[in-house]
Parts: sequence; C-alpha cells; structure tokens
Amino acid sequence: MNDKLKAYFRTDHLPHIWCPGCGNGIVTAAIVRAIDDLGWSKDDTVFVSGIGCSSRAPGYLDFNTLHTTHGRALVFATGVKVARPDLNVIVITGDGDASAIGGNHLIHAARRNIDITTICFNNNIYGMTGGQYSPLSPTDSFASTAPYGNADRTFDLCRLVEAAGASYVARGTTYHVTPLTNMIRRGLEKKGFSFVEAMTACPVYFGRRNKLPTGVDLLNWQRDNAVPVSRAAKMEPEELAGKIVIGTFLDVEMPEYTETYERLLKEHAADRSGE
Amino acid sequence: MGETTRRLMQGNEAIVEAALVAGCRFFAGYPITPSTEIAELLAARLPQAGGRFIQMEDEIASMGAAIGASLTGTKSMTATSGPGFSLKQENLGFASLTEVPVVVVNVQRMGPSTGMPTAPSQGDIMQARWGTHGDHPVVAMAPASVGETYEATIKAFNISEALRVPVVILLDEVIGHMREGVEIPRAEDIQLLERKGPSTGPADHLPYADDGTGVPEMAPFGTGYRYHVTGLFHDETGFPDMSNATADTLMRRIMGKMERHRDVYEWTETTDTEDAEVLLVTYGSPAQAARSAIRRARREGMKVGEFRVVTVWPFPEERLRQLAGGVREIIVPEMNLGQLRLEVERVVAGRARVSGINRTDGDIFKPDEIYAGIREVYGGER
Ligand SMILES: Cc1ncc(C[n+]2csc(CCOP(=O)(O)OP(=O)(O)O)c2C)c(N)n1
Ligand code: SF4
Repeated sequence: MNDKLKAYFRTDHLPHIWCPGCGNGIVTAAIVRAIDDLGWSKDDTVFVSGIGCSSRAPGYLDFNTLHTTHGRALVFATGVKVARPDLNVIVITGDGDASAIGGNHLIHAARRNIDITTICFNNNIYGMTGGQYSPLSPTDSFASTAPYGNADRTFDLCRLVEAAGASYVARGTTYHVTPLTNMIRRGLEKKGFSFVEAMTACPVYFGRRNKLPTGVDLLNWQRDNAVPVSRAAKMEPEELAGKIVIGTFLDVEMPEYTETYERLLKEHAADRSGE
Repeated sequence: MGETTRRLMQGNEAIVEAALVAGCRFFAGYPITPSTEIAELLAARLPQAGGRFIQMEDEIASMGAAIGASLTGTKSMTATSGPGFSLKQENLGFASLTEVPVVVVNVQRMGPSTGMPTAPSQGDIMQARWGTHGDHPVVAMAPASVGETYEATIKAFNISEALRVPVVILLDEVIGHMREGVEIPRAEDIQLLERKGPSTGPADHLPYADDGTGVPEMAPFGTGYRYHVTGLFHDETGFPDMSNATADTLMRRIMGKMERHRDVYEWTETTDTEDAEVLLVTYGSPAQAARSAIRRARREGMKVGEFRVVTVWPFPEERLRQLAGGVREIIVPEMNLGQLRLEVERVVAGRARVSGINRTDGDIFKPDEIYAGIREVYGGER
C-alpha cells in the first residue's frame, strides 16, 4: 500500500481478519482509491456496513464508521443521510447481507433514490458463517448447506436495483481492478442511489468447494468468465449462462430523495415558526 | 414562553408535542394501530421545527434509521405497537450495546400476533425489559394519564441523552387515544438534558472510555471525531475486542451505569401508604381505575395504599421493598395475566402476600373490579 492510500486506513487496526487469498482487501483498496481520486474528506464521509466478512472493512478505514446488524446497513445509513444530507454516505455489504436478509431495504433505498453509494462484495457465498449458499450462489454450485449442489436460482442483484429505481448500477470484479475503481468513483460522484457489485474471491468457502481453491484460481475464473455488457447485449441467454456480465448497466440523473424532501418542505411547509 | 397553558390532547399527541419540546428532530416510523397518529403528526410538525421525518419500509428499518440519525447528534424517536415492537428488538439491542440515545414508543395493543389491534393491553411489559437478546440496559416508562405522558416523554429524552440508553415509552391504547387536558409547562420550567460531548480533541478521544460516571462522551458523526461504532463487543477505543476481560468490563459498565444513576430515571408515586395494610402496585392506565377504587375503599375504612411505578424498568426495587415490609397484602392490577406481578413477587420475596387482578379480554378495568379485588383480600376480617 502506498503512503497516500495509507492515510485512509487505521493502520493500528491492521492486519485485517481476512483469509489469505480473500478478495475483500482488493475491493476495499479500490474504494479508497476512488475516494482519494475525488479528494473526499475523511471527516465528512461515513461508512456503514452490515454483518459478514466484507462488512468488517469499515473498521479498517479512518472515517466515521458504523458496523450495524445483519442486512440493515442501509437503514442506519438512511438515518445518517436524512439527518445530515451534507455527509457522504457509503454502505459496504456482502451478497447475503444485501440480497437475503437486507433485500427489502436495498429495494427501498434504491426506490427512494437516496444519495448513498452501496458497494456489494459478492463472493457468491456466506463467508462469515462458514460457506452456506447465498441468493447469489450459482445454481448447481456447492456450499456447506448445498452438499448436492445449489437448487436455488441465482439472483441478478444489479437488475433488481435498476428496476427499483437507482441512479447508477454497475458490476466489476477484483480481477479488473481499474474499471472497478472507476465504477466506484462514478457511483460516489453520482447524486442518488448508486450500486456497485464487486465480484470478489472467497477461496476458503466458495472456492474450495467449487474446484477453485485459491485466490488466484478465482481471479482467473473472473477473467475467463467476464463478459462486457456491450458484448453481452449481442449474446444469446444460453451463451451467457455461467458468465459474469461486467460494466455499467445504468447511469442516469434523477431527483434525489433528500433534495426532493427539502424542495417539498420549501413549497408546502413555509411556516417554520412551529418551534 | 410566559404562562403555562392548558390543552386538550390525546396521549399520542402528547408524545409528539413533548418530543418536540424535548428537542426531538428526527423520526422514522411505519404505520400501525394504535400508534399511527404519532407518525402522522410528526410528519407535519417535525419539519416546522427544523427536524426531519421519514416513513421507512418496516419497523426494523425505522429503528435502524433512528439510531443512524442519533449518531449525527440528532435526538431521534420511533413509534410502534405490538408486532412492530417485536421487529425492533434486534436493533434496540444494538442501541443498548453501542449506547446510542433513542426513544421508542410502544402503544401496546392486545397480542400475541395481530391479536386485537384496537384493544388496549399491557402485554409488552416483559418484552420491553427482555425483548432483545443478551443482558442489556434499557429504560421503560408507563405513564398513567395523558398529562403524565407529556412529562414522561420529555423525561425519556433526558434519560436517553444523559445515560446513552434506549428509552421505551409504554403507552396502552387507552392513553394513546384518550383525550385529557394537559398542563403545558412554561418553556423556562422545562429542564432538558443533552448527551455529554467530547472533552478532548479528536486525537485523544476515546469513544467508549469510562470517565468515572459510567457514561462515555459522545461525539456526533461528521464533526472531525472519526471513530468506530460496532455491535460487536468493543474496548474503550470502540474497536472489536473478543477477549473475556473486555467483554466483562463492557457488560459491567453498561449495566453498572444504570444501577448507579437511578436518580436520573427512577419515578414512582406513593399515595396513602403510611397506614396501609393493603398496597396496590400500579402502572399505566389501570392506575386510574385503581385510584377511584382505593378512594372508595378508604371511605369504607379499608387501609389501602398505592405504589405507582412510572419508570417500570429498571424496577424500583428498594422502594418497593421498604413499602412491602409494612403491608400484609399486595395487589397488582394489570391488563395481562400477571407480568409485572412476577417482578413484584421477586422483590417482595415473601414480606407480603402478592396477588393480581388481571384482564386479558381487551377491555379496560372498571373501578368496581379493582374495588372488588380489594374487598376480597379484606375478606370477613373487617
Ligand atoms: C440476524 C442475523 N442472522 C444471521 C446472522 C449470521 N450471519 C452472520 S454473517 C452472515 C452471512 C454473511 O454473508 P455475506 O453477507 O455474503 O457476507 P460475507 O461474510 O460473505 O462477506 C450470517 C448469516 C447474524 N449475524 N444475524
Ligand atoms: S471466509 Fe472467505 S470472505 Fe471471509 S475472509 Fe475468508 S476468504 Fe474472505
């Protein structure tokens, strides 16, 4: 880590708890690089996370940091943002955290288009609890609770968030770090709800059970299966099976929640003497 | 400013007006009978006071949003009823452990489950104490009238700020919807307590250090104090530490601060106890019927007194123990099948006989029923 980026970490709380080969450090570094590019102040930025391996990232970052309950990061973040719209609010969440227990909050944060950037660390598995399948585990993949293969259909979280009303939606991988960093930066800059799904490696639980036992195997898996969104548009659904579509799915300007609320108050709650 | 005023209002309205006076500037909620008026009124009133309102997607979300807002230094509240109170429990425990001030209103209705949505109950007394998992500090108050609800709401914010603890206001449907005249105190007569800010600069700030009071200093997010808040056990720096020694220190501090600062939250009322042979232990709306029953019994020469608990949790153990020594019989009227009676029995520990008068049909007590209960314990002795 170079000195410039070091300034964003709580170096006295490193080393981190993540396993060798885990991709979480790569995503965290990409977030920090994006913040550095934008020159955001540490004092004015709040990180909020849920529960899981990935949700431990804010503890290592020298910002205002809030490690909440499983699946609920977005609701705490919403409270922070509504009370202090001037602060930058970033949510870090795992694939299980965001899509299973926290799925409803994800829908509604996107629907409100509240100015929060959510980075979902997608390792296709519940890492923290030891490798159970998540809604983002591929069908047929193996997990501790899917010893005969996962019968669930896998979930495209980007499509969900797009349909729910977000302003920015993208997917990147830890193999393609520079585009991932750019996506995160774009998400941070965007006024409105932004969602970046970062494909990341859990060699210990996802990899080992699925014949990709090391971090490098999983990076190569990302490289070999990634399809840019422009190319994917020309491919048949059968060709896309098992592929990871990467790139920007949505980048639009839409009214943001806290601004809309302020506007309505100006228009309709003129009498502020109620105090 | 100036004079006290008298206003006719509902219990739910008293919550709203008092919360605004107490400095509440954020509310997150989800509609549920019989608490909905609180959200409806605050949606209009909060912005007028410079505050912000949001209707969340459920009660879990409302609880979390209120905690998030509080971390920015904004006094925050949420309100709900039975089923919603159940949903709030996990995040309520988060507030207990991370010591984030927040006020939670629960206008109790008949449960379990959807139960009888518009019927009053006091069935959540034990849930208010033990609803979330683990030992945890929490305060719960059960005012007995609309006027007292106003007072209790201001006090709830004060307690929450002073001790960094979640405070639950337990109304019941009767008080939530009852209209009564409320004496609004003059602004200068209202004492407000605020959370204690940091006494050092950011570099030296230890967000969970005990400064000798058991209540750590609290810096708002976004003011240069960059610290970590986690629901994992943590040391005084706020960072996770899973050592047994840290866990023990943390748990004993957050429980100990409650024991130590009883003066901040303890609130009981005693009436006619000097010569009492029979003592009614009351809380919430049944206290009103109990009061008339006691007056009637007194007129007929029965020596009956009342010990009313407004702050139910932590329970006023010492005070009840003293009173219990002087009476032979204690009666606990409750709109449940005897929840607080369990606590009364534990504290009284055989000093007096304890019985209950209980309703669990969704209807309220009539003074006659409580009077009959008093008569019964007097039996033929008189
Ligand atoms: C209410 C609740 N249910 C379950 C858990 C247990 N739990 C902790 S982390 C986790 C899943 C984490 O998976 P994911 O969100 O994908 O994050 P990862 O660990 O893979 O980064 C679960 C189920 C919990 N902490 N709280
Ligand atoms: S279990 Fe998986 S996700 Fe968790 S730290 Fe280890 S490799 Fe990373």
